[in-house]
Amino acid sequence: MFAPKHILLAACTACTLTITPALAQQRYNLGRPATPAEIAGWDIDVKADGTGLPKGRGTVAAGAAIFAEKCAACHGAKGEGSVANKLAGGGGTLNTAGALKTVGSFWPYPTTLFDYIRRAMPHNAPQSLKSDEVYSLTAFILNVNGVIDAKAEMNQATLPKVQMPNKGGFKQVVD
Amino acid sequence: MDQTLERRAPAEEARAPNPRRAFLRRGAALTTAAGLLGAGRAEALEPEKAAPALLPPNVPPWTRSQGGPFINPPYGLPSRHEVGVVRVLPQPAAAFPTGSRTPLQNLHGIITPSGLVYERHHAGVPDIDPNAHRLMLHGLVERPMMFTMEDLARFPSVSRIHFLECSGNSSAELKKPTGKTAQEIHGLLSCCEWTGVALSTVLQEAGIKRDAKWVLAEGADGAAMTRSVPLGKALDDALLVYAQNGEMLRPEQGYPLRLFLPGFEGNMSVKWLRRLKLGTEPFETREETAAYTDLLPDGTSLQFTFHMEAKSVITFPSGGQKLKARGFYEISGLAWTGRGKVKRVEVTLDGGKTWVEARLQEPVLSKALARFRLPWQWDGGPALIASRCIDDTGTQPGMGEVLKLRGANSNYHNNAIQYWKIDADGSVQNVRA
Repeated sequence: MFAPKHILLAACTACTLTITPALAQQRYNLGRPATPAEIAGWDIDVKADGTGLPKGRGTVAAGAAIFAEKCAACHGAKGEGSVANKLAGGGGTLNTAGALKTVGSFWPYPTTLFDYIRRAMPHNAPQSLKSDEVYSLTAFILNVNGVIDAKAEMNQATLPKVQMPNKGGFKQVVD
Repeated sequence: MDQTLERRAPAEEARAPNPRRAFLRRGAALTTAAGLLGAGRAEALEPEKAAPALLPPNVPPWTRSQGGPFINPPYGLPSRHEVGVVRVLPQPAAAFPTGSRTPLQNLHGIITPSGLVYERHHAGVPDIDPNAHRLMLHGLVERPMMFTMEDLARFPSVSRIHFLECSGNSSAELKKPTGKTAQEIHGLLSCCEWTGVALSTVLQEAGIKRDAKWVLAEGADGAAMTRSVPLGKALDDALLVYAQNGEMLRPEQGYPLRLFLPGFEGNMSVKWLRRLKLGTEPFETREETAAYTDLLPDGTSLQFTFHMEAKSVITFPSGGQKLKARGFYEISGLAWTGRGKVKRVEVTLDGGKTWVEARLQEPVLSKALARFRLPWQWDGGPALIASRCIDDTGTQPGMGEVLKLRGANSNYHNNAIQYWKIDADGSVQNVRA
């Protein structure tokens, strides 16, 4: 046996949430390299600054048609909610007893909407939408919340620049 | 604002001399003799209804015959007389149910049987072929890696006992007393022995780049659920878990692989784990922005409130149960804290005026459920009972404090003291004291 495991683990228990220690190298040579093609197939997260957004474009009008076909049964015709969450409305309610958390009233980043639709929606067929469809649905939902204009196009460049109404509403505790 | 501020409570009254304490200590001697009474949960048993032909001096048929065969079934099941001890969904049933609850009031000790561990999932329970499951590790690492389940099982392994609690546990109680039983109110809580490989060990294999600060964890289910984990936690005590209570993970617990973050909100222990990506910042996923954030009375929200704070609940006697007669009972319950070890549990029998210290079952483990017990003579009168957990960071708060600091809209991390009202007829109800 090479370096005993307990030494490595003892070093790690001293870590805190915010400090990255210089770790002793301990390798078991298990697993194999992940190929770029493999990573590309699964690397679907989109960060708040837009990193990870794919090429493509979408419009409110195209989004309305897709929403009617694939989303409205659960979320209501204009995202007003049904068996699934309300997606629109709730502005000005967060500090009241009837607080309503929707994309428009609560979500801090527009990019999260793209990320979530792409990975998890529609409920009966997750990861089935093409990038243009995801951009279009994102545009439609932002528009029904009054966040973007009906003529706005969503793409890699425009989506991260959309200012969400509750962008400043979060305090990061990290504890 | 430091979230730990939310759980300060004056400890002075706990220290005050309590005339009832001496009585209760004496009562402890009764515990052994009355052990069976304490262990059996009276509400489920009706010994007075047994047929005389089954009772002495008669010899029952199970003593006068051969019993059933071996391995029937090959994977054993509880006694058929325990069919009522099951997980339940909230009622009325929702179109998309959020989670099933563990029957805490029917359990003993600190371990939750695998089949009773609470469930919370966002796109159903996937049926994953372990031979086709892969863990991808990439982002700010020296060597992007791919692991099979066989690879992961070859790493040095570790087993630890930890609780898992959904941060939405007890959330409905913030508005008003809603649940009837400990299961309904507190059942998004379980405790198992978890086995896997330290995440730090696997991260070493890929090599962590200097500027990495956060780890994105992603599930292979239809939600592809994602959460951001601070690298410090990943290197501290995080596990990649493939087994629970000695057997492979149950499908609803993430088979064949889940992340496990001891003491953190359950949602972060991503199930069916398929991908880990290291980055410089949190990834701001839906489950850490739109959900699992704590809305405060002023309309702003706290984000990344990871720790599950000190909390406890009396599981016997608890809501929905009934004491049949006055006399000896053992009060019993569970306490836990994501901050480490439970230091002490105190119980009130008089609605919070006085508190006495309960006995803790040894060993008390870090970030695990602790079982507490207190002998009690019920005089047949009304009683208002509750427990509170004390850890290194403070005392479990009352509902008033929680509402003052977090508000009724905060939805997550409700760790308020749970009061049970015992009426003269022995019935037990969920109340707000």
